[in-house]
Amino acid sequence: MTGVWVAVLVTAAGCYALKLTGLVVPKGVLSNPRVRRFAELVPIALLAALVAVQSFAAGQSLTIDPARLAGLGAAVVALLLRAPFLVVIVVAAGTAAVLRALGVA
Amino acid sequence: MTDIDDRPVERARVRPVRDGIALGLAVGVSGVAFGAAAVGSGMNVAQACVLSLLAFTGASQFALAGAVAGGAGLIGGVVGAILLGSRNALYGLRLADLLPRRGVRRLVAAQGVIDETTAVTLAQPDVAAARLGFLATFVTIYLTWNLTTLLGAFGAGRLGSPQSLGIDVVGPAAFLALIWPRLRAGRTERAVGLAGAVIALATTPFLPTGVPVILAATAALAGALISPQPDSQQPDSQQPEVP
Repeated sequence: MTGVWVAVLVTAAGCYALKLTGLVVPKGVLSNPRVRRFAELVPIALLAALVAVQSFAAGQSLTIDPARLAGLGAAVVALLLRAPFLVVIVVAAGTAAVLRALGVA
Repeated sequence: MTDIDDRPVERARVRPVRDGIALGLAVGVSGVAFGAAAVGSGMNVAQACVLSLLAFTGASQFALAGAVAGGAGLIGGVVGAILLGSRNALYGLRLADLLPRRGVRRLVAAQGVIDETTAVTLAQPDVAAARLGFLATFVTIYLTWNLTTLLGAFGAGRLGSPQSLGIDVVGPAAFLALIWPRLRAGRTERAVGLAGAVIALATTPFLPTGVPVILAATAALAGALISPQPDSQQPDSQQPEVP
């Protein structure tokens, strides 16, 4: 539990430092379009990676969990229907929960 | 409302506040999802709440919860979570001229530099309206996000196993929803997202938990070198309403 507390506080400090950095850094640092583009694309690459890992991995092994994948599929459908963030989350979790409750997946 | 809209000065004050509060409430309530995911991952209620109060940036918070759920790899999880917060530094560069430039007010404003505040602030016509929009969004989303984190954390603690509630799907679904507008923004974004996912999965069996996700940043590097120009502008900004 102590480890988690340290992780929480270090993450919080790091996140705040990054927010402040943007406000205090002199202009012109991002004048290079490639640097700016890289920074723009980083969250996309990392979040997509997290989606993949949290959907298909358990620790260091790759797994297929039918209920989890069905939930993710439901999220995709909700997003295609332009559902709000919270609805997407509820639909995804609800789908997985119902399938598990029914013993289908 | 018509007579207010007839006076440009009044309207310039009403709109950023209204937009900020609306967006802040709509997005802020998803703190429930974070609170539930955090406790489901093995954090306690206090840890979930402190993270929302101090880190206050959704993607990083979900990332850390994911790392805690993984059991091992806390250091990689922390690095990944902080790396995910790096876009806030870029927002800050754009917002620096619009927000207080020194002192305690700048230190406080820094905590509010996130996706939603940036979108509202940059949509305003002048500095005064931009500051109002920033303040309204920041205050609304900060209060809502932290309150709902607490509710989500307690709710998840009382209800049965996280798996039976589908809480393990909350993280991936939330991330997908968060990057969805960016994936729609252009071909490069979709290619980078796909490459990031493939890189992370391909290296998962060989590297400590959390590291494959950081490695996915190479997809962004490749994307920036191959396609330095954005395919489209301002995927985050709101369409201004016509009165």
